[in-house]
Amino acid sequence: MSLSAKDKNAIKGFWDKIAPEAENIGADALARMLVVYPQTKTYFSHWQDLSPGSAPVRKHGKTVMSGVAEAVSKIDDLTNGLLTLSELHAFQLRVDPANFKILSHNLLVVLAIQFPSDFTPEVHVAMDKFLSAVALALSEKYR
Amino acid sequence: MVEWTDFERATIQDIFSKMDYESVGHNALARCLVVYPWTQRYFGNFGNLYNAAAIMGNPKVAAHGAVVLHGLDRAVKNMDNIKATYAELSVLHSEKLHVDPDNFRLLADCLTIVVASRLGTGFTADVQAAFQKFLAVVGSALTKQYH
Repeated sequence: MSLSAKDKNAIKGFWDKIAPEAENIGADALARMLVVYPQTKTYFSHWQDLSPGSAPVRKHGKTVMSGVAEAVSKIDDLTNGLLTLSELHAFQLRVDPANFKILSHNLLVVLAIQFPSDFTPEVHVAMDKFLSAVALALSEKYR
Repeated sequence: MVEWTDFERATIQDIFSKMDYESVGHNALARCLVVYPWTQRYFGNFGNLYNAAAIMGNPKVAAHGAVVLHGLDRAVKNMDNIKATYAELSVLHSEKLHVDPDNFRLLADCLTIVVASRLGTGFTADVQAAFQKFLAVVGSALTKQYH
């Protein structure tokens, strides 16, 4: 299920539209994930406040989205491009890779809310494939 | 027995009472066929599903999307008895339609996204949680009679 040229164009085109809202998108997606999938809170026991809109959630949403931005820029070779991030997730954060899918789903929900007319089925499938490819690249160093 | 909070009950009733079943059903099923193309395996007699435009414009997809949403209505009206309400439908999906139950999750995800885009910021995290829980219970009930 690799990214076709058509997928990459759709992704880059859509990314240009959404990039100005990246921080809000990241914060909203993360907040939703923590509410809708409470088991994900186990990774953030060191935060004082896990509620939507809180400072740590906003800050971390921004961090995550800058990772997504980096992935967009390295879309032609995600595995090599995201090696450092993969090492981080594998050796330090040790996030169960099942959670990548969960966060991806919540990102898609936020995109549907904020960009209802641009998030067409074609853009949806391209973004879903892209986020799956990013998740795969992030899992590279796990074992 | 599934425990529903007052908020969850009210949220589900509210979402479905305001919903355009035909439109949401059409869009959710079409989106599912586009985003997860292997789901097209169940619709061999639907004619042209060659690309997103064809799928979106296909009248059989629209009609079937409405059928699915009206089927969901049964769960909306029997929230305390979803498992029993769907026993026959579960047998149907297993014995006759031979649908892989993972597809219930895929369609649920597409429904979530369509409803999210319709409700906008009204689709808060708490509303999303209630909606996804409801769809998960439906999926579980539909899977119950598989063997």
